[in-house]
Amino acid sequence: MFKLWPFKGGLRLPSHKQASSLAPLQTMPLPKQLIYPLIQRNGSISQSLVKAGERVLKGQVLNSTEEWSIPPIHAASSGRVVGIQSFPLIHPSGMDGPCNVIEVDGLDESVEFNGFADYRTVEPQVLLDMIHQAGIVGLGGAAFPTAIKLDPPKPHRIDTLVLNGAECEPYITCDDSLLRHFSEEVLSGANILMHILGVNDCLLAVEDEMQESIAALETAQSNGDFRRIKIVPVPTLYPTGGERQLIQLLTGREVPAGGIPAEIGVVCHNVATAVAVHQAITDGEPLLSRIVTVTGQGVRNSQNLLARIGTPIAELIEVCGGYTDSVQRLIMGGPMMGVALPSDAMPVTKATNCILVAGQDEVIVDKQAMPCIRCGDCASVCPVELLPQQLYWHVRAEQLERAMEYHLPDCIECGCCDVVCPSHIPLAQHFRSAKTKVTRKEQEKAKADHARLRYDARNTRKLNEQMEKAEATKRKRELLTKMAENHKSG
Amino acid sequence: MLAVLVLSVVFASFGLILGFASIRFKTDGDPLVDKIDALLPQIQCGQCQYPGCRPYALAIAKGEADIYQCPPGGDVCVKALADLLGLEAKALHSDLGQEPPKRVAVIDEEKCIGCTLCILACPVDAILGAPKFMHTVIASECTGCDLCLPPCPVDCISMEPVNETLAEGYWTEPAAGLH
Repeated sequence: MFKLWPFKGGLRLPSHKQASSLAPLQTMPLPKQLIYPLIQRNGSISQSLVKAGERVLKGQVLNSTEEWSIPPIHAASSGRVVGIQSFPLIHPSGMDGPCNVIEVDGLDESVEFNGFADYRTVEPQVLLDMIHQAGIVGLGGAAFPTAIKLDPPKPHRIDTLVLNGAECEPYITCDDSLLRHFSEEVLSGANILMHILGVNDCLLAVEDEMQESIAALETAQSNGDFRRIKIVPVPTLYPTGGERQLIQLLTGREVPAGGIPAEIGVVCHNVATAVAVHQAITDGEPLLSRIVTVTGQGVRNSQNLLARIGTPIAELIEVCGGYTDSVQRLIMGGPMMGVALPSDAMPVTKATNCILVAGQDEVIVDKQAMPCIRCGDCASVCPVELLPQQLYWHVRAEQLERAMEYHLPDCIECGCCDVVCPSHIPLAQHFRSAKTKVTRKEQEKAKADHARLRYDARNTRKLNEQMEKAEATKRKRELLTKMAENHKSG
Repeated sequence: MLAVLVLSVVFASFGLILGFASIRFKTDGDPLVDKIDALLPQIQCGQCQYPGCRPYALAIAKGEADIYQCPPGGDVCVKALADLLGLEAKALHSDLGQEPPKRVAVIDEEKCIGCTLCILACPVDAILGAPKFMHTVIASECTGCDLCLPPCPVDCISMEPVNETLAEGYWTEPAAGLH
């Protein structure tokens, strides 16, 4: 039995996974339209490489930069570029943003993909670049560029690769489905990742309730050279799927506050990312599709879909039999940390792991919040061992400095405190909004400091100019007097 | 006699230590002014009736100016200054206008005649241009102070609101009642 190091807190939540995990994985038919937001993770808008009216092939790069922080986006099928149109974004701000829209022609013609038959003969640096070119980002939901994570800053020595197959939230079963259908690819991807990182240990965490996945993985493992990978069943306790929590559970090492896992010798990737890496390296195929769970009482058939990135969510719902009468709200992600969507016109992105079509009983109704009674339940479930009620007081009083002293940035916004709060205080949202305020304040301060520098520089320059002018006048005057004297004496 | 001698030696050594400290640990400028200046928004707009944020900070430190004269800083700034100086926070000075939204100057490049007057007026060198050549505002450097508006002879500068980008954080507070 593998020794686990349970973290404090966490919650056992009703899983609601059966509906979608029992149904078979279905591959989505070709969509009519593909939509690709141009907005990047850091909020910048990237330049489109294709023009309206141009024909694009499957796998063609639509927008890219040289920077690893902005991986390219590829067309998931062939078609004609309609142009750049404004669509609402999957973002809590609810803002619209420019998107590249492609009208699919149904031919599904592809550019040529070239992979490596044997990745072991290839330098890790070359593989890393290939992973960037393939547009691979973390498919667990955070969409952090994989190439950056695989190339940790030099002083850190990595000894363990953790693969995250512990589904993070109730309802979501896309990783479960992936592990069952692509178990060999997961293990092969793990081998490639280990080669790139130069490590010999890989821990593949799977929730202990996902027995079928574990069985599939074990079968695949016995069929190939995957001895270095250890499949570890982990308890189904929210938020085990969180990167920091999972690393702590598996290794007993805690990621330092504000730090990255590489500092304690661990790199963690989602299992779907491992499959994407396998496809990119062995087949040369960029990241074009992902598994999305469509579930909830608001949709007729709950199931997992293998959908092309860019497919409008409405088409996914249609394949699942459409909405039921009890549909209330569309959520991207799980019920705990998901983002409410204003419409189903938005596309599936690389970060879309689940579309939760919440029905009447599932919507967490915004209950009237009551005053905090200081029961301390929130502190006992907090997986990061913060003091949510203390944070709450400071945040409400706008004492952001005090909230920072209580480690506000370490809050992972998992929402465990919300669930147990007897007064129904939306604590996690208070903390999110406070984090936003802190970031804003920091940005304003940076801007003010910059303006101060410019203002001082200008004043110094003006002063110097004045002095130079005065000196020049003085010199001129002296010269004139001298000339006059010479004239007189001459 | 001995007592006098001992005391003079002791006092002389104190004098030496103090004299040394006054040279070695001399602080340049007034630290209070720096602290006040750090709280001001550095728009350099002059709405406080002083020619910039630092002059205003100097005036506050000297006790010549009140703390409620900075409209761009708004109530937050007044409160921060009050906390620093141990004063009572109050509302913004009503004659100086309200807290304005964040803005950036934009030059209509069709109309600009290249007179350089706005360049001379800009307190943070955020306008680029040369005589008889078109000018333009470096948006990332502009503080939105409005000082370039009055000198422009052809009124080709306008102040536009800064659009919030997604990079600037986005979570809002829970709706009222849900506290």
